[in-house]
Amino acid sequence: MSVEAAKLIGAGLAVIGLAGVGVGIGNVFSAFITSVARNPAAQATVGTMTWVGFALVEAVALYALLIAFLILFG
Amino acid sequence: MASPLQQFEIKPIAPIEVGGVDISFTNSSLFMVIVITAVTLFLVLGMRKRAMVPGRWQSMAELSYEFIAGLIRENVGHEGRAYFPFVFTLFMFILFANIIGLIPYSFTVTSHIIVTFALAAVVFLGVTVIAILKHGVKFFGFFLPPGAPIYLAPLMVPIEVLSYLARPVTLALRLFANMMAGHTLLKVIAGFVVLLGLFGIAPLAVLVALFLLELIVAILQAYVFAILTCIYLHDALHLH
Repeated sequence: MSVEAAKLIGAGLAVIGLAGVGVGIGNVFSAFITSVARNPAAQATVGTMTWVGFALVEAVALYALLIAFLILFG
Repeated sequence: MASPLQQFEIKPIAPIEVGGVDISFTNSSLFMVIVITAVTLFLVLGMRKRAMVPGRWQSMAELSYEFIAGLIRENVGHEGRAYFPFVFTLFMFILFANIIGLIPYSFTVTSHIIVTFALAAVVFLGVTVIAILKHGVKFFGFFLPPGAPIYLAPLMVPIEVLSYLARPVTLALRLFANMMAGHTLLKVIAGFVVLLGLFGIAPLAVLVALFLLELIVAILQAYVFAILTCIYLHDALHLH
């Protein structure tokens, strides 16, 4: 198998991990919406943590993307 | 066609070499100077009027101050006030660097791992030194959370140490990966716009939406860096 083909397959495999990130981000915002729906007064406090949580989960997505790029272009 | 990774190339503008070490003034250095100039002008010119009822520019300058001051008050507490200049500088530098990087034909300073790693290393080393200076030997008690039974210590302590040592790595990697991946994605979609000619209107619409996402990510990543710095400072000052 040529190196080019192996690189493409490797990059494709590397981004399978993004499925977990999709579930994670959905979880974060689902919890946010549920808690604000139960207690609208908590929006400010919960909102801050929601965005921090989202950024932390998205970081994992970017780690996977980084590995894919490293395999593809490294 | 140019590779989407070509935008990250470092090009020396004024080559300088000292004893075999290359310390040229590069496009990265130029944009760091531009970022610092922009932040300084934003704050100094914004506060020039010193009106009691702030105008628009003064409002923005005061808002940025209040934002970080509030962040430190909530996450670090009273003793965090001494670290306000550091966190404020960090936040404004990363924020302006991320946003200025979105201008077409410019260079994103924070899209290089060495820059973000330098920032994260300063935060990590600073926070660790602060903790050791304040708590002395008791600092190592940080790795066994209170209330955990002592027989779990051989399992917990290595895990806690590892996750503590992972902090500068994740802090740097998060900002770097967000900036690099975002900009690479923009370039790849932009390549499709040129490639499709007349039908390039579809990827162009996607590009506009992506630009908005990148702007949100730029601001969010600066905020996350600042708030994580505050959380690590809280850990250092209060040891849980």
